[in-house]
Amino acid sequence: MDRLLNVTTVLSIVLLIMVLASVRRAHIRVEYSVTWLVAAGAMLVLSRARPVLDLFRRLTGLPDTPLTLFLLAAGVFLMMFFRFSVIISHLRDDNIALAQRVAILEYHIQSLRNHES
Amino acid sequence: MIHPNGPDSLLVIVPALNEEGAIAGVVDSIHKHVPGVPVLVIDDCSRDHTSARAREAGADVLNLPHHLGLGGAVQAGYKLAYELGFHYVIRVDGDGQHDPRDIPRVFDKLKQSGCEMVIGSRFSEPTGSDTSMVRGLGIRFFRAVLRPILGKPVLDPTSGFVGVNRTALGVFAGSFPLEYPEIEALVVLQRRRFRFEEIPCKMRPRYTGRSSITALKSLYYIIHVLLGVFVNVLKFERRLHRAAPPEEGG
Repeated sequence: MDRLLNVTTVLSIVLLIMVLASVRRAHIRVEYSVTWLVAAGAMLVLSRARPVLDLFRRLTGLPDTPLTLFLLAAGVFLMMFFRFSVIISHLRDDNIALAQRVAILEYHIQSLRNHES
Repeated sequence: MIHPNGPDSLLVIVPALNEEGAIAGVVDSIHKHVPGVPVLVIDDCSRDHTSARAREAGADVLNLPHHLGLGGAVQAGYKLAYELGFHYVIRVDGDGQHDPRDIPRVFDKLKQSGCEMVIGSRFSEPTGSDTSMVRGLGIRFFRAVLRPILGKPVLDPTSGFVGVNRTALGVFAGSFPLEYPEIEALVVLQRRRFRFEEIPCKMRPRYTGRSSITALKSLYYIIHVLLGVFVNVLKFERRLHRAAPPEEGG
């Protein structure tokens, strides 16, 4: 159990460092990094605060602590995937509207050029 | 550049993707059967010479900067037509399946009936069928799903041979289903209390190429369209409830 918590601690720290480095290099925008930082922070806290994890286990009625940690992590990341799906959907809608606008403007420009010549 | 001519101005739009083998024939046929009507080919970022062939055949071409899919391409055409002030738009597929000889009948029906949409149907009666078995089953399934939603039967809900008037054009320019748009578009119109009519039209085999809807994609198609239909129903029901005045003493 302790070994598992140590592994999740290391993974959380690696994730935190990766996200912060990505923000610093502008590979990821600050507003999208917050979700990852909160998730990694939550994983770190749960990995190091055994009483908190035990409290969750008792509240959920799960048989053992590793399963509780796994389910909490899965829940957090599912929520994140959902949030990113929402963001991607918005971006796709914006992207389609922009592409259509570009095509229509190019059509008008070409028509003006043809008219002038 | 295309211009609307008069109060009954008609534009024929042709969404096309990699149709260099068929597009010139389609444009020629439209010019032959509805002379004087402008034709706009929407090239959904083809990898072949669709755009050049269409232009050579005398069509105007709207080149999309990247692939948007059928709904995105059709909506781009609707947006341009709406901005230019056209009153009627008829969509004909770029693969040659729709016979341009039927365009005048669709146009006349649009003008005479006053309804917002006219569908060129490959069926003249509910039992008639001249399509593949898989597509036929899909059409029957969606007929059954749409019957209670639309409040009237629709024989060919998957037909892309569709004419719309300016009212529907305004709606579709603002919001249009992006993938497999035909069935969802019907629901969008019905929820706005718009009317549609069907007229029997002849469908031909494709000039070249193959349909984008393969057997493997059929299941995805059904789930996607079903979801889209019910999302649209729920969305508009919520709006109707919100718009309804509060009952007195309630």
